[in-house]
Amino acid sequence: MEGFRVLVVDDELDFLETIVKRLQRRKVDVIGVESGKAALELLEQQQFDVVILDVRMPGMDGLDTLKEMKRKAPLMEVIMLTGHASVESGMQGMQLGAFDYVMKPASINDLLEKIKQAYERKRLHEKKVRDVP
Amino acid sequence: MERTDYRKLYWKIITTTLTFSLVPLFALGATIYYQFRVSYTAKIMESLRTLTENRRNAIDLFFEERVSQLYTLAYTQSLDQLRDEKYLDQVFTLMQSRSKSFVDIGIIDRDGTHVTYVGPYNLAGVNYKNESWFHEVMLRGVYISDVFMGFRKYPHFIIAVLRREGDRSWILRATIDTEIFDAMVKAAQVGKRGDAYVVNREGILQTAPRFAGHLLGKIESPHTSQFSGIHVEEMQMNGETALFSTTWLKNKDWMLVIKEDPSQELTPLFEARYMMIGIIGLGVLVIVLGTVFVSRATVGQLIQSDREKAMLDASLVQSGKMAALGKLAAGIAHEVNNPLAVIKEKVGWMMDLLSEEDISQSENFKEFDDAVHKIDQHVERAKKVTHRLLGFARRMEPIKDKVDVNKLVDETIDFLENEAHYRNIVIQPEYHADLPTTLSDSSQLQQVVLNILNNAIDAIGKNGQIDVKTDYSVKDEQIVITISDNGPGIPNDQLDRIFDPFFTTKEVGMGTGLGLSISYTIVDKLGGRILVSSEVGKGTTFTIYLPVIRQEKA
Repeated sequence: MEGFRVLVVDDELDFLETIVKRLQRRKVDVIGVESGKAALELLEQQQFDVVILDVRMPGMDGLDTLKEMKRKAPLMEVIMLTGHASVESGMQGMQLGAFDYVMKPASINDLLEKIKQAYERKRLHEKKVRDVP
Repeated sequence: MERTDYRKLYWKIITTTLTFSLVPLFALGATIYYQFRVSYTAKIMESLRTLTENRRNAIDLFFEERVSQLYTLAYTQSLDQLRDEKYLDQVFTLMQSRSKSFVDIGIIDRDGTHVTYVGPYNLAGVNYKNESWFHEVMLRGVYISDVFMGFRKYPHFIIAVLRREGDRSWILRATIDTEIFDAMVKAAQVGKRGDAYVVNREGILQTAPRFAGHLLGKIESPHTSQFSGIHVEEMQMNGETALFSTTWLKNKDWMLVIKEDPSQELTPLFEARYMMIGIIGLGVLVIVLGTVFVSRATVGQLIQSDREKAMLDASLVQSGKMAALGKLAAGIAHEVNNPLAVIKEKVGWMMDLLSEEDISQSENFKEFDDAVHKIDQHVERAKKVTHRLLGFARRMEPIKDKVDVNKLVDETIDFLENEAHYRNIVIQPEYHADLPTTLSDSSQLQQVVLNILNNAIDAIGKNGQIDVKTDYSVKDEQIVITISDNGPGIPNDQLDRIFDPFFTTKEVGMGTGLGLSISYTIVDKLGGRILVSSEVGKGTTFTIYLPVIRQEKA
């Protein structure tokens, strides 16, 4: 579980705190922020490998945040987290470059599995980018 | 529309159509008949007029001939010559040899004494001085009498001519046989009921009519005043209506009357009338039948289309209801999902903490652990509900595969066989042998069949039968899947609501009430229809209609 950094973005503080605690307990290097804006600001200073992003948030919503993130860090993988399990918003997220989407409430193990898969893909992408002379 | 409204409409169409077709028909019929009647009557009257004219001319000629014969005789012979009975007899015999109309002949002197007489009666020496005709002839020079019985007791009339010979004047008088005159008039008696006779000014018959009376009898005369020309008119006389043609003779103030029975003369007219009534009656019959047929067909069509529209409306209402409820469900599910997520994370965190060793030593550890796992379990249950709700609201386009419905149904039955067997329920399939494949979403369709079969099994409970039948309607290009159970049936008040989301008759926690509404939505998206019919105590039948789609639309 070492070597990669995860950012969780969700406006629901109770959810955010707990998921961060639980992921940390599973040895994931994770930081939580409560808005898209805060996440983008943090990205200015730090680098993350995988972002878990809630779709529905007040102010800047998940899809807008996703677009901005992909602009800043194209190789960073994003997993959409949605209580609004409509395929449209999930698909829209995928089209915008998200790795996958997970429906709330999600089991921690499923989520962890998705995070790992996302990190794998990111590493693969980075390798490809490096291999290109 | 109500039943009575359809009836009203039906009658309205019928009365309107009948009015617009029968009124012209009757008008046409009446006009044609009237025109025909007018021209036909005119023709009959014309022919009657011609007949009368000919008869009158003939009679006039007859009189003229007799008068001129006598004139010729009187003015070519002197009194002295004719006074000789032998000579007069010679002349009379000569006259009779040419015409039998003279019965006798005589010479009367200015004193009224019958000087000479030739004929069958012994009239010589009779004095006519006081007879009115004697004065008449002395005054006018010529005289034709009415028919009378006279001394002879035999109907006759006389023609007398005055001859002024120097200072003497004498009268040549002849008797005319009425039979010849009668025969001339009677020749105009046509038809079975026609009549012809001659009356004088006083209405005394001068010839024997066929029906109206006897010679010298009084008869009701159509006209008493003299007129010129011929009158043809329809008149009521002696209780019967007849056509009367009347004209006055030229040489005598007698009127020729020719009567024709209109019922006989107008027979062709009546025939035409009956024919017309027949044709119109037939026409009316045809129109009435046609109108009834067309009206019935029209109203039937209307009822049919109204019924279809009502069904369409009902299904649109159901679709609309589905869409609205779908949105609502999605909204609720989303709002519930967020707190569920928090609960799940909190519980997860508690479970994480409980797994630490030192806590596991505490005396209430098992109670905590139990409670926390129960919470997690029930969050999972709630999650299932919300996710199904979202699935229901999901507007996912169905995938189109070639689907063999028989195979699909068979697989679904296989899937439930164990459950059914355990409950002693027989699932009896009956597959249509030549069912075409259709482009559809097999997994969604399977879900529909599964839902309905599941419901059927739940409805029966134990010991029963479910008939599953596939059929193909060539006419509508439809595959029909019929699933009938012999369960308790659904009461009417619930039947309307069974496709509504969250409507369930199952125990709390046993059903979400979404199965049938999801099935409905799926079948609707696949272009089909799902219908239900149920009878309490007998069972329930679900019928799924699927369009046969052979090729993906471009």
